[in-house]
Amino acid sequence: MAGFVLRRMLLVLPSLFGLLVVTFLLIRTIPADPAVALAGDNATPAQIAAIRESYGLDQPLPVQFLRYLRGVARLDFGESQYSGRPVALDIAQRLPATLELTFAALVIAIGLGIPLGVVAAMHHNRWPDFLLRIGSVAGIAVAAFWLAIMLQMLFAMKLGWLPLRGQLSAGLTPPAGPTGFLLTDCLLAGRFDLFLDAARHLVLPAVTLSLGGLATITRFTRAGVLDTLQKDFVTYERAVGFPRGRLIWVYVLRNSVVATVTQIGLLFGGLMAGAVVVESIYDWPGIGSYTVQAILTADSKVMLAVTLLIGLIYAAVNILTDVVHALIDPRLRESR
Amino acid sequence: MLVFRKFLRDIPAVIGAAIVLLVVFLAIFGPWIAPYPQDASASHLLRRLRPPSLDFPFGTDNLGRDIFSRVILGARGALKVSLVVVGLAMAIGVPLGLIAGYNRGWLSEAIMRVTDVFLALPQLILALALAQLMGPSVESAMLALSLTYWPFFTRIVHAETARLRNALFVDALQGIGAGTPRILFLHILPNALSPIIVRATIGLGFTILVAAVLGFLGMGATPPDPDWGLAVAQSRTYLPNAWWFATFPGLAILLAVLGFNLLGDGLRDLVDPRLRRSR
Repeated sequence: MAGFVLRRMLLVLPSLFGLLVVTFLLIRTIPADPAVALAGDNATPAQIAAIRESYGLDQPLPVQFLRYLRGVARLDFGESQYSGRPVALDIAQRLPATLELTFAALVIAIGLGIPLGVVAAMHHNRWPDFLLRIGSVAGIAVAAFWLAIMLQMLFAMKLGWLPLRGQLSAGLTPPAGPTGFLLTDCLLAGRFDLFLDAARHLVLPAVTLSLGGLATITRFTRAGVLDTLQKDFVTYERAVGFPRGRLIWVYVLRNSVVATVTQIGLLFGGLMAGAVVVESIYDWPGIGSYTVQAILTADSKVMLAVTLLIGLIYAAVNILTDVVHALIDPRLRESR
Repeated sequence: MLVFRKFLRDIPAVIGAAIVLLVVFLAIFGPWIAPYPQDASASHLLRRLRPPSLDFPFGTDNLGRDIFSRVILGARGALKVSLVVVGLAMAIGVPLGLIAGYNRGWLSEAIMRVTDVFLALPQLILALALAQLMGPSVESAMLALSLTYWPFFTRIVHAETARLRNALFVDALQGIGAGTPRILFLHILPNALSPIIVRATIGLGFTILVAAVLGFLGMGATPPDPDWGLAVAQSRTYLPNAWWFATFPGLAILLAVLGFNLLGDGLRDLVDPRLRRSR
């Protein structure tokens, strides 16, 4: 098993290098002159030249790339133009909020999606199935920014049940450590009042972010269960009178979720990207809102770092997905 | 005809096709159907933020413009963007997929590794970054979206071409001395067309959605364009009182994307019975 994991990790290295090259080339070559873009509209030619030199933009591209690689290897992405602080520090402080949000969305998507998929498959071509099918296509088709605004309007502005934005109510101070994950820190500090407040803030963003994933997981679980129900072992177990509930929720499900697990892996990358929109609407202090700020202010260093980070997470999740596959289905361990 | 009758039995797909036809119809004839076609750019400050009524079925916006008219007029922009994006993405992705699938060796490897890298990049962020770097406008949004969507076509066409490369008819063509471009474009491509069409249909819906996000974040359409995403962004200041301002343009996005997705699913069932969504 350890060898399997190691082999998978080595396979990712060329892709990661490609990611570095592509992001670098796109961001350095698409603006006609990055120095002019950096200097702003009112800069004099002398200022532009100074910027070009201080950023090393007068060097040939391969030299710039090597410098960039050296920086990445030391986790040095330079300073953000917007916040004026090292990009790596900004990201490290904001990453826990995004991970917390993404994780909550994933829990909602999996926790509801798998049972709904099984229910749809069990009532195949009857009304629960029909409703869930249309619902899952609509879940993918809905614009997250619009859904977020609708939910805010209904639950925060009109009904006042849940907070409108942010991660914590104004006036409350988050505990100072030790993990950086707000909910965990509140629990560790024994501050259940803060925990409750933070959890209430998490509900709307997490629900918004989860919807696309929920729809995808429902669809794939349904298809998987429908496939497995055709298998001989199911017919046999039913013929010998094996309890139907245990058969479906344990044995059929276990044989059906391989495709779903792949989707969960793919979803994680999608959720990180979806967080960009959701976070900026709910003022969630994570990587997503940071990315939007960076893009709106053309902060190329932040853009590079964030793209790389998400690519890296995507690769890591892909490895993890393969490992989970191998755990669920022992046949895959041998064949690779 | 048999295929057509089979398609008509798939209710969700027929609903999807009807929605798509409606969007296309509105995109072409919108200016003649909208009750207030001049509201694409005019403003009437005396009747701003009116709730839905018989005169204004979806209410009016912050500049007193009829939202119903603007939702209708927005169909043209949304469809134009998605057609251009999917067209460009196909123009880049399909030839690359054909070449990568037909060749064996470093060229094929190189194309597919670059495709993998692009698929691993977060699409929305890449599109936003590219649009910003090229200067925010509808044109750069379209170019940015095309640059992020082509790998999906490359991957599908690559798989199909690699499968067809060993087919008997390709051997025969090589035997009678047909050139590679001829084999690729006149014989392999037509055989790989159905998955491309399915992908393109779903891509049209997806592009409408992502283009709306770009418009919402100020990276696409510019005022006073009757853009759906832009309208939702403009409405945020007037909530929750002017609920209609945000609701109807968003519903238009939902409906259009839903239509293309349902149609795409239906076409996939038709083309590839193995992937059947509903048995």
